[in-house]
Amino acid sequence: MKTHKITTPLDYNTISNLNAGDKVFINGYIYTARDAAHQRLMKQIENGDELPFPLEGEIIYYVGPTPAPEGKIIGSAGPTTSSRMDIPTPTLLEKGLKGMVGKGNRSKAVVESIKKNQSVYFAAIGGAGALIASSIIESEIIAYPDLETEAIRRIKVQDFPVIVAIDSTGNNLYEKGPTSYKEGLNNK
Amino acid sequence: MKKIDCEKIIQEVKKLCIHMNLYMEDDLKNVLEQSIKEEDSQLGKEILKDLIINQEIAEKEGLPLCQDTGMVVAFVEMGQEVQILNGGLTEAINEGVKRGYADGLLRKSVVGCPIRRNNTGDNTPVVVHYDIVRGNELKIKLAAKGFGSENMSSIKMLKPFEGLEGVKNFVLDTIKKAGGNCCPPIIVGVGIGGTFDKSAKIAKKALLRRLGEKNQDEFISSMEEELLKEINQLGIGPQGFGGKTTALAVHIETFPTHIAGLPVAVNINCHSSRHGEIIF
Repeated sequence: MKTHKITTPLDYNTISNLNAGDKVFINGYIYTARDAAHQRLMKQIENGDELPFPLEGEIIYYVGPTPAPEGKIIGSAGPTTSSRMDIPTPTLLEKGLKGMVGKGNRSKAVVESIKKNQSVYFAAIGGAGALIASSIIESEIIAYPDLETEAIRRIKVQDFPVIVAIDSTGNNLYEKGPTSYKEGLNNK
Repeated sequence: MKKIDCEKIIQEVKKLCIHMNLYMEDDLKNVLEQSIKEEDSQLGKEILKDLIINQEIAEKEGLPLCQDTGMVVAFVEMGQEVQILNGGLTEAINEGVKRGYADGLLRKSVVGCPIRRNNTGDNTPVVVHYDIVRGNELKIKLAAKGFGSENMSSIKMLKPFEGLEGVKNFVLDTIKKAGGNCCPPIIVGVGIGGTFDKSAKIAKKALLRRLGEKNQDEFISSMEEELLKEINQLGIGPQGFGGKTTALAVHIETFPTHIAGLPVAVNINCHSSRHGEIIF
């Protein structure tokens, strides 16, 4: 299990060095979007409209934070379940998106698209919203403000701790992790 | 007759909404800390430690433990010698939640129409279950139910012939399918018996039980122990990355059922099990 420190936007060299199970600290700007924002992004793509941010090389974080207390950048901000975004994800990857942060396994179609588009899926710790908030140092709503918690935010992260869940070769920690843990037990 | 003013109920519900979303209860903290010692996956151990750090930060910074501050479910036990003054009880509970979620800067996660999906803006309505009991006490149990785990819950009408094995297999299958989606380590609430709806209701109620408390029926409590052991042999582990700690507890509640039926409901709660009780 290696540890990497990476900076957005992501390029091929960075992504190809990441293996399922590695620990990664993300630095730089990433974009928040969950259910409702994905629906709007898809509609804009369908209509041929310009998207609120260029997808090329970027990371989307599946999160709907709690309101920021006074004097704070953001509220609690842990990942939501990624599989709800499985349907729109291959389209976004085709359009240049390189990374996603969420929690839980992805569909076969998403894994195939991750391989094809040389991208990566990270998992953040579900339920560690207060801990993750401390690595967010800027936050600005850049699209769909009416969606409130579900609006698209451009956030700057400093050493945002994640784990490579599905790497660019399709290795999947959600399958590999439990299997090798059980094999390890059987070999004891 | 005990008389309780609505405003008092509103204030207490508001306080509890904020408290349960910001502070982890000791029973849960103790079980989590114990699991760190027992977990033999290195990554799993680190994740469990991060969950302890998370609750420390939440407490220090005044932030919710999790950004999904849930949909509120209330179990009300209303003594029949209690009179509510100056308004309706259901309205008071909803008003308390509305104020708690506004003042506590909690996330408003409820949409009005499940198809058209417009956010109600104040995290109401609350799902309220009532029991009318003897006496002059009013007890309100509240849970802030996150949907990462709620979405992985399941219900099945088994055949009586499938019996104990059938129930166990269904519980294990549900946990397997949930994998890392439900934020393991989890608490598993199982409702067995009653009708279709009753089994789901008692499964939810089982999640509100204090960790470490067993079902009083020895046969059922040994089932709780066996299931916990079997779930933790699945290898799913913290966040689904492999390990021993998949569930922290299994709570089973039962109710008599029909000669033709064996309803089983499995309600999953994440490690951020937020609930509390108000007694008037």
